[in-house]
Amino acid sequence: METNEIIYCLKKIVKPYVQNDVAFQDFGQGTDFIKDLEINSANLVDIVLDVEDEFNIAIDNDSMDNMTTVNDAVRIIKSKQKQA
Amino acid sequence: MEKSEILQKLPYAQPFLFVDELLEVNENRTSGTYSFPEDSYFYKGHFKEHPVTPGVILTECMAQIGVVCLGIFLLKDQKTADFKVALSNANVDYFLPVFPGEKVKVISEKVYFRFNKLKCKVKMFNAEEKLVCKGEISGMIKS
Repeated sequence: METNEIIYCLKKIVKPYVQNDVAFQDFGQGTDFIKDLEINSANLVDIVLDVEDEFNIAIDNDSMDNMTTVNDAVRIIKSKQKQA
Repeated sequence: MEKSEILQKLPYAQPFLFVDELLEVNENRTSGTYSFPEDSYFYKGHFKEHPVTPGVILTECMAQIGVVCLGIFLLKDQKTADFKVALSNANVDYFLPVFPGEKVKVISEKVYFRFNKLKCKVKMFNAEEKLVCKGEISGMIKS
């Protein structure tokens, strides 16, 4: 899956949980889920569960801990899809 | 893990402990009861001369029995005895009032427990087994 395609899917998944709409307008690889979008850690769990379903992958605890930006998410999704 | 052990580990005390008895605990569900003492402090102000158990207290009771007790059970294999708990979401509908002295039963079913977040579907019933309130409650639970 191409990076742009993944980012497009991520944006749809993340949208309901975003608290900072201004930051969401600039959603891109550098966007930080917590610092920029002001998503709380509990909703980040929901996002990761949605990512698992959408991309048909399993996210482990280490990957979860390292998923702070869109770029991190794209990298993790790509590597898990390769493993699958 | 014994039910009494879970009750001991609950991080609450009077006047904010809303669990009397755990009836059932396993990987996927809990049930328990609580009787609201007639002299509970909140009846003095909710409402003036017309005491009814506040919805937030019913929600707290559901969270303590349904989410925190289950979380303690699910973390039973963790080495550390200490743990932290925080409510992250509650979406509850209320159907019947609970008056001073009433006993309620809470039944909770796990939706998921992942990355320290425990999400449950929780229902509360009165002594006549009528539905008092129900909803989804989530908490972050870390040891």
